[in-house]
Amino acid sequence: MPAETHTFYEVMRAQGTSRRSFLKFCSLTAAALGLEPFYAARIAEAMETKPRIPVLWMHGLECTCCSESFIRSGHPLAKDVILKMISLDYDDTLMASAGYQAEAILDEIPKKYPGQYILAVEGNPPLNEDGMFCIVGGRPFVNKLKEVASNAMAVIAWGACASWGCVQSARPNPTAATPIDKVITDKPIIKVPGCPPIAEVMTGVITYVVTFGRLPELDARGRPLMFYGQRIHDKCYRRPHFDAGQFVEAWDDQGAREGYCLYKMGCRGPTTYNACSTTRWNGGVSFPIQAGHGCIGCSEEYFWDNGPFYQRLSPIAAGFGVEATADEVGGAVAAVAGAGVVAHAAGSIVKHVYGKKRSGTNARSGPDEGDRP
Amino acid sequence: MSAHISASNPPRATHARVSAPVYVYHLPVRIWHWVTVFSIATLSVTGFLIADPPWPVLLGQPSNLFLMGDIRVTHFIAGDVLAVALLVRMYWAVVGSRYEREIFMPAVWRGSWWRGLFRTIRWYFFLERETAREIGHNPLEQIAMFAMFTLGVLFEIVTGFALYGQGTGYGTWAYQLFTSWVVPLFGNGQILHTWHHLGMWYLIVFSMVHVYMTIREDIMARYSVMSTMVSGWRFFKDDRDDEEEGV
Repeated sequence: MPAETHTFYEVMRAQGTSRRSFLKFCSLTAAALGLEPFYAARIAEAMETKPRIPVLWMHGLECTCCSESFIRSGHPLAKDVILKMISLDYDDTLMASAGYQAEAILDEIPKKYPGQYILAVEGNPPLNEDGMFCIVGGRPFVNKLKEVASNAMAVIAWGACASWGCVQSARPNPTAATPIDKVITDKPIIKVPGCPPIAEVMTGVITYVVTFGRLPELDARGRPLMFYGQRIHDKCYRRPHFDAGQFVEAWDDQGAREGYCLYKMGCRGPTTYNACSTTRWNGGVSFPIQAGHGCIGCSEEYFWDNGPFYQRLSPIAAGFGVEATADEVGGAVAAVAGAGVVAHAAGSIVKHVYGKKRSGTNARSGPDEGDRP
Repeated sequence: MSAHISASNPPRATHARVSAPVYVYHLPVRIWHWVTVFSIATLSVTGFLIADPPWPVLLGQPSNLFLMGDIRVTHFIAGDVLAVALLVRMYWAVVGSRYEREIFMPAVWRGSWWRGLFRTIRWYFFLERETAREIGHNPLEQIAMFAMFTLGVLFEIVTGFALYGQGTGYGTWAYQLFTSWVVPLFGNGQILHTWHHLGMWYLIVFSMVHVYMTIREDIMARYSVMSTMVSGWRFFKDDRDDEEEGV
């Protein structure tokens, strides 16, 4: 590490944080991560001895909702993350510098801290037309992404865009918008899906990486288990109504007023892995289901192609030109099969009755006789 | 083609003409068949109820009600029964007779099997005077059993356990064995639900054709069909031989 890097603690003290506040911060962070009390001392030790990790935050095809969410984090505060925990060296929507001065950092950091910085990606690169659908600083985003990722310690894929592709990759995906893990294949990638992800989940992931110097435990799809190990449904406060069979049937019915389960209104909670029903949003104020609207499954792959969000059974959009649910398709096929059975049964009856009349006279006639009713 | 294999040609086989019944389905196969009928029926009914609960709004405290929970647990138990029964059936396919292997392994490598297939297709198109003398399934039935029943049920079991694993959670056997790879394969749980639902319709269509064909062949074929899955014995209505024997 070059000489001018500072530990977290040094930076915090230089900004006027007292030793007492520093230790409180460590305790709160341990609590936010759900760690045992003795981890507060380990966090303090790590922050006193480890240099701040440089983070480069790049933006591809996206809507910046991840950044909007991130800056609203309450535990820890986004300002504490940015100013005290990490060294956010590049983030074109947050940084003060602009133009060549800003872009130069993308060349400088990978050279200065090879293998020691984290690349956070918001959005994804479109691959069609050599990446010309997303130009940042005069060059295709996909090229810059590959360059900066080549020396990174790890890559954080912020949001549904970077993790799965999101709306810009919805069928027919004209720009070939592609999630990060299909483009960067040789680096550890941590997916933090959601549209956007919960602010506390974003800062929690960063805090974990900074504190322990490694990625949190991930599931098979690369999502941190501590936030994406359970479905919305598993911890939903309306779950008792689901098990009871009490469902909202219309947005203004008695069930809606009673706060019944939104399953029949298309809620995707039963198939969506996220922390909304436990962490909630905006400092724990609420989350969509609490506000009376079903979950749309924004942290799941292909959620954007599974609309409408207000019906239980998704249509099968297999290029038939019509949108039909499994029941409509299956019912139609069953009706055709049933008509076939009836028609065939009618033919069989004719053949059977006719065949019986003939069989009395000549049971085993010539090759082609007796075959046709 | 039809000239040399139709029943009208003098039979080439010279061995003794047997009209005695054949014990073709052993007890485990018959028990499995009816257990599967029962579980698929239960799974379909509860599956419809789960996919789109049809009952009107239930008022009252949820602590007094567990309707959805009861329907789901019925669905899960029936699914477990279906899966375990299929495992037993697979074991029996190994130790049982060749006729009990047909639904897993149609003998497509045999020329006689293909001739039998075309003969059967002609029979179903009313172009053949009578069926061959089948001891097990005819070739078309073997293909239908394999493609529609065996693969269909396997698909439902795998997707079903994958959805079940979403509920039991990370680290449970259903999650580790099924959810962890099936859900990424389909994209997300919602899409998996849709395919699981379509798979049910696939089995319903199979069941319709299966029941119809069973009744039809019981009346029109040269052998017993429906009683065979009860008693295990296949009875023949005549003692004529044909060259399809033993396909």
